[in-house]
Amino acid sequence: MSIASADLAFAPAGEQQPSYLSAGHSLRSWLLSTDHKRVAVLYLVSVTGFFFLGAIAAALIRLELITPAGDLVSDDTYDKLFTLHGVIMVWFFLIPSIPATFGNFLIPLMIGATDLAFPRLNLLSWYIYVLGGLFTAYVLLAGGVDTGWTFYTPFSSLFSNTHVVAAACGIVVVGFSSILTGLNFIVTIHTLRAPGMTWFRLPIFCWSHYATSVILVLATPVLAMTLLLVVAERVLGLGIFDPNKGGDPLLFQHLFWFYSHPAVYIMILPGMGVVTELVTAFAKKRVFSYAWVAFASIAIAFIGFLVWAHHMFVAGMSLYAGLVFSFMSFAVAVPSAIKVYNWTATLYKGRVSLDAPLLYALGFIGLFVIGGLTGLFLASLAVDVHVHDTYFVVAHFHFIMVGATVHAYFGALHFWWPKMIGRLYPEGWAKAAALLAFFGFLVTFFPQFILGYAGMPRRYHAYPPEFQVLHMISSGGAGVLGLAYLLPFLYLLWSLRWGAPAGDNPWGAAGLEWRTTSPPPRWNFAARPVVTWEAYPYQDMPKPEAARGD
Amino acid sequence: MATEALPPLAEPFADRRQQRTADELGIWLYMATEIMMFGALFLGLALYRVTWPAATAEASRHLLKWIGAANTAVLLTSSLTMALAVLAARADRQGRCVLLLLATAALGLAFLGIKAYEYHDEYTQGLMPFAGPGFPLQERGTELFFDLYYLGTGLHALHLAVGIVLVGGLALRLLVDRALLPDRAVTVAVIGIFWHLIDIVWIFLFPVLYLVAR
Repeated sequence: MSIASADLAFAPAGEQQPSYLSAGHSLRSWLLSTDHKRVAVLYLVSVTGFFFLGAIAAALIRLELITPAGDLVSDDTYDKLFTLHGVIMVWFFLIPSIPATFGNFLIPLMIGATDLAFPRLNLLSWYIYVLGGLFTAYVLLAGGVDTGWTFYTPFSSLFSNTHVVAAACGIVVVGFSSILTGLNFIVTIHTLRAPGMTWFRLPIFCWSHYATSVILVLATPVLAMTLLLVVAERVLGLGIFDPNKGGDPLLFQHLFWFYSHPAVYIMILPGMGVVTELVTAFAKKRVFSYAWVAFASIAIAFIGFLVWAHHMFVAGMSLYAGLVFSFMSFAVAVPSAIKVYNWTATLYKGRVSLDAPLLYALGFIGLFVIGGLTGLFLASLAVDVHVHDTYFVVAHFHFIMVGATVHAYFGALHFWWPKMIGRLYPEGWAKAAALLAFFGFLVTFFPQFILGYAGMPRRYHAYPPEFQVLHMISSGGAGVLGLAYLLPFLYLLWSLRWGAPAGDNPWGAAGLEWRTTSPPPRWNFAARPVVTWEAYPYQDMPKPEAARGD
Repeated sequence: MATEALPPLAEPFADRRQQRTADELGIWLYMATEIMMFGALFLGLALYRVTWPAATAEASRHLLKWIGAANTAVLLTSSLTMALAVLAARADRQGRCVLLLLATAALGLAFLGIKAYEYHDEYTQGLMPFAGPGFPLQERGTELFFDLYYLGTGLHALHLAVGIVLVGGLALRLLVDRALLPDRAVTVAVIGIFWHLIDIVWIFLFPVLYLVAR
């Protein structure tokens, strides 16, 4: 349908409402705020803290691996470093990163609501996150935990002498924060869409967060129960996973991966939503085949529940179970590929402007393709036997979780920063950081595919000297990557005070969140929006030069 | 863009109907979470029933079947009073609603009392693998059954305790603030759904634990 461009202009400004940032400046006004935008900022600050904590652990790991001998840290310390790196990055950064900050901030804005459905529950979920974080901080200070982030039994239940109970409790607690966030998103998207905002006018960002939330609500409780069983085994001496008492350690692996494989989709689906928004906004073109992209998210969430045992091909499963899980793992690649094709088709013949957020999005697409295709290697039974528990696996999932998700996270941070703060970031620095992140990432993790294929096992702090060159390249890349993550931290802080005012819609983007002021007022819109247009109506928008407000 | 005036709402909801839909959807989603959580335990019970069939039957015969049956009756009755309380709330019958809620909480307490007696009995027989006298059963797998029994019934009892606090607290709130109904009848319904979940978990725990030997 065609829309007169007057329909797309902002609501006639009655009186200018104060922004959510000026609603109060005391600490109390932040810590007790139920405004979804303020809670999102609280999450942003806390996940950034954990991101740097996890990154320090990663830096120490890469420093240790520069030389073949285990000389920088002891082997015990090394075990604790990679465990802490995994636990912090998975549960305290990646899983909450995009949903709890950008989902929180944007979903109500994108659907034309004044807040999430349960604002107090939203604030509570942040406090639960902080409580889980305190458990983890305790583990860190008390001496760490050495089981790996996977807590495999019987090592974690019978043998490890480290702080498994506190670490597991922290993860159970932070899991409930995810569950409540997911629940809030689903209810919000169902009940609070503005008049005219039908399901097929929702931004793809909302569809992918809906799919993510379904996984959060259905998978996280299984992890909670599984880790509670480990705790019960350590504290009460129960024997659910103890082979001496007839228990089955494989049951732990099944339960753990029933959560932790879908958890990979918790990490990647929001990133896919972000990239869809970025690609369409910087190509100034409607998303190619909207319905396929929307349903691909739902398909990934659904099929993602049926692939968990591909982590266990060498754990002693039956061949037939292996075949089924191998087939399902190939099947889940189909909707992912649909998304990649659609992003590319969206860019094709678009009016593409290569701003920093799009650079991050393009980095996402490239690295996601490599990560996804090597996932197919791993889904093949015979190849998996060769590369299982090697750096090939490490490289594969870092391509997805860091290459893809963290790129999407930084892309989102740059794209919506002007909306959140009301100021522009320095574009030149941001482009440099995006390029550094892409190349730094490739240099860090591509050699790890070769290392793994050549036989370097994961989780070892000493290794044969023939692997040294590749390890040194990888560690050098990690240095570049660290710089690429530090740069945005510095110039975004700088822009808080010195950035140029952003205007309401610096990108000329079409979403509802760009049709209110930057930063938005407490209740998001000066007047209740009524949506009369289809999603992404770029063909009816004024030329970007005219819309650009800076 | 067409617009209508937007008053600064204290809630994100435009009207009561929207809020009711949201509250009900929210509690059903939370129920889905609970079911997945208990699901992991039921998976464990099913697995060990297949792995150790004789031990499971042997261990199950040591549970007090009639006490379990009596508790099932108590809990089912509490679900009836809870359901009637929801109907009373929707019909705006304040006093009746409060009485039914108190009856529900009392039946819940009765369940916990009976369960405590049962736990005590098992403790004196040494059937608690993690406390009390030595475990009397020799067969491999019997201890696993009791581990899962205590985890399942313990977690269920914890939920019931939370339910009793919620139902009792709601009864008190209704006594203090008589203007809550019928607008907040949805709160009674939401807590009711939680209560029925506790009931349903028990309806599955009872046969899987107490009747599996027969």
